[in-house]
Amino acid sequence: MADLKTNFLGIESPNPFWLASAPPTDKEYNVRRAFEAGWGGVVWKTLGAEGPPVVNVNGPRYGAIWGADRRLLGLNNIELITDRPLQTNLDEITRVKKDYPDRAIIVSLMVPCEEAAWKAILPRVMETGADGIELNFGCPHGMAERGMGSAVGQVPEYIEMVTRWCKENYDKPAIVKLTPNITDVRFPARAAKAGGADAVSLINTINSIVSVDLDQMAPEPIIGDKGTHGGYCGPAVKPIAMNMVAEIARCPQTHGLPISAIGGITTWRDAAEFMALGAGNVQVCTAAMTYGFKIVEEMISGLSQWMDEKGYASTSDFIGMAVPNVTDWQYLNLNSISKAKIDQDACIKCGRCYAACEDTSHQAIAMSEDRTFTVKDDECVACNLCVNVCPVENCISMVELQPGELDERTGETVSADYANWTTHPNNPSAQAAE
Amino acid sequence: MAQGQTAPGIVSGRLSSEDIAANFDDLHPAYAPHEAAVAADRCYFCYDAPCVTACPTDIDIPLFIRQIQTGHPQAAAQTILDQNILGGMCARVCPTETLCEESCVRETAEGKPVEIGRLQRYATDTVMSAGVHPFERAASTGKTVAVVGAGPAGLAAAHRLAMLGHDVVIHEARPKAGGLNEFGIAAYKSTENYAEAEVDWLLKIGGITIENGSALGQGVTLAGLQEAYDAVFLSIGLGGVNALRAEGEDKDGVRDAVDFIADLRQADDLSALPVGRNVVVIGGGMTAVDAAVQSKLLGAENVTIAYRRGREAMGASRFEQDLAASKGVKLMFNVQPVAVHGNGAATEIELEYTSYTGGELTGTGETVRLSADQVFKAIGQTLEDAPGELTLDGRKIAVTGAGRTSLERVWAGGDCAAGGDDLTVTAVAEGRDAAMDIHASLSA
Repeated sequence: MADLKTNFLGIESPNPFWLASAPPTDKEYNVRRAFEAGWGGVVWKTLGAEGPPVVNVNGPRYGAIWGADRRLLGLNNIELITDRPLQTNLDEITRVKKDYPDRAIIVSLMVPCEEAAWKAILPRVMETGADGIELNFGCPHGMAERGMGSAVGQVPEYIEMVTRWCKENYDKPAIVKLTPNITDVRFPARAAKAGGADAVSLINTINSIVSVDLDQMAPEPIIGDKGTHGGYCGPAVKPIAMNMVAEIARCPQTHGLPISAIGGITTWRDAAEFMALGAGNVQVCTAAMTYGFKIVEEMISGLSQWMDEKGYASTSDFIGMAVPNVTDWQYLNLNSISKAKIDQDACIKCGRCYAACEDTSHQAIAMSEDRTFTVKDDECVACNLCVNVCPVENCISMVELQPGELDERTGETVSADYANWTTHPNNPSAQAAE
Repeated sequence: MAQGQTAPGIVSGRLSSEDIAANFDDLHPAYAPHEAAVAADRCYFCYDAPCVTACPTDIDIPLFIRQIQTGHPQAAAQTILDQNILGGMCARVCPTETLCEESCVRETAEGKPVEIGRLQRYATDTVMSAGVHPFERAASTGKTVAVVGAGPAGLAAAHRLAMLGHDVVIHEARPKAGGLNEFGIAAYKSTENYAEAEVDWLLKIGGITIENGSALGQGVTLAGLQEAYDAVFLSIGLGGVNALRAEGEDKDGVRDAVDFIADLRQADDLSALPVGRNVVVIGGGMTAVDAAVQSKLLGAENVTIAYRRGREAMGASRFEQDLAASKGVKLMFNVQPVAVHGNGAATEIELEYTSYTGGELTGTGETVRLSADQVFKAIGQTLEDAPGELTLDGRKIAVTGAGRTSLERVWAGGDCAAGGDDLTVTAVAEGRDAAMDIHASLSA
């Protein structure tokens, strides 16, 4: 069995699966149960400054979108940071860490953007024995309007400033949690690094309205007769999160900055994909909220089995392996030419490839009287839409033409040479190949 | 007190009323909304979908399933009923396993088609239970059409004609409308008096009068109808039953399966309906299965379907065969009746094994005797009382195009007309198409 033990910023945990800062990590009771279930670590639900705790709404806090069988695909929430007294949380963190020294406990923090506020809370967090802190610069609702959460995360200068305060006043690792509600995630990531962050974690939730009640004419969840935007998470956000993780992992200025990935991680495969894109570990929330803590068992066994199959002895063997293969469009090889190929034995003759190609793509699939669907190689641009809409896995595949073969669409012979847009004759700013 | 399955002879009350009620429960129970949503989501929305091609009434199946999936079952019903006004009954009685569901690409892919029949029922039930009739009559044309026979073909034709503004009179021999939907299919396919409720709902279009106890040779003649109406549509079904041509077929206990099914369908109390201890059904079609299964459900101890050819030649689908087997009906193939034995009343039936020799089915000479106090004949129905002036095609009324007979202004459809397949859904299609042709003719 592969060893899932993970060292992230010097913090060891028996596996890379941490629970993200959220309701599952709100209190001692949950966290103890999570550790008993096998989670490698938790990021404790965000603590605020000393004083009267925040209050939450007393109506629904979550909205969702579902697949046909009520499979939860995306969740949105308008819950705030912890609404329990600061000292209660600190006492519980202390007790749990003492009892679970092998598990990671990170304390998420969100206090006003003043150095004094951070100076006040950090020594108290230090006393708990927790392994590090995560700066919540991400929540897009409720706290942002008070100048915290994503309001900080959207201003790189603030990120850098607050991170620096934390590093000056706290000795253990500081992770900066980034909001996706920005235009280019590399800017806040660079700011975090400049401020001395030991790592970034992302993504926090995406600002969203998940549904509108067409009778009440209000966004859901509805409190009274109104709703508000909330943070979106769950399987639906994973592609957005993966791109942001990859952007940071491959940016020369932030390359090598440790990343804790968050965003719709539900299975071992989701975790492996994020880690291949450079994440040192992953944080999970919606999957646990949907299925309970037990789901980590599948993540552990699945990742372990896959690593065994691939011959990876430790997670560090594959972390970041896909990063060199993430590039910009202009560097894609324009001489890599594929054609769709339909496996007639696997085809069930639904015709979705035909409808998709004929109505919305390149009119490159022919349909016969007896519903046999065949690709017209002289029209196919290899767009892959037919593969994506085909309900049968591996029925349609993209077959790459070999050098020397004829591309019937262009009438040109496939070249073995790599050639991209930067040198293409149609590119006005093309540089001549040397 | 139930008499028990082993009580000799043809007696009622073999099972308790509770057991009989449970036995005759809905064969395919209605979907709950969530079940329907999940079932609907399985549809791939195929291009030029094979299920539509396979449907005799050309219902746009992918569209109606998508309408269910997006929360509009009543719109789905409209899509169905536009093409097939008896879509509710067809959802219950169509052999979907040999029509739409057989051609479903998920049948090809997984052996588990989208459950189109049950989805169709879900959609049509919402309209029926809401009491909505989503069609309106056009302005009156002043034209009148006589329809003979209130079965599926006649009702479909009448509804379409009424909707187009014509006044329709249906002449129906029986005291109730519905035809085989009401009298001729298994009770577990039309629970809660569905056939009658559907007719009542259909008549909400207005402009249709039903004259019960009126049929050709029974108060009216074809010539009289031609005289009195602008057009005539004949949907008289097949009133006769083929004979066994076996010795002793006149003994007590031998009867037509269709009569047994009609009695069963009209019975107020199934525990009062007599059934044999040892029942043998001769035939291989849907009627044979309906009679056999229902005999078993009433409490007959031994029920056998005896069919003269092999399983693959059976008119009843494999689903129906398996349904019969699952209820405890024994299927015997390659046997034909040669004699019914018994002193006045049947006690045994003698069957002869058959084989194909030189392309012909012949008896082998080897016989077997089965206990049989009740024998049902289900070896096909024949046209009866067809007016002599009509040209026939084989044993049915000859038609061309959309049900045009050899006579001017006389159309025919359903089981009595040549070319169909004796299915409810085909009868509906023929009635609808004849109505459109009649309308075109009357509007010319």
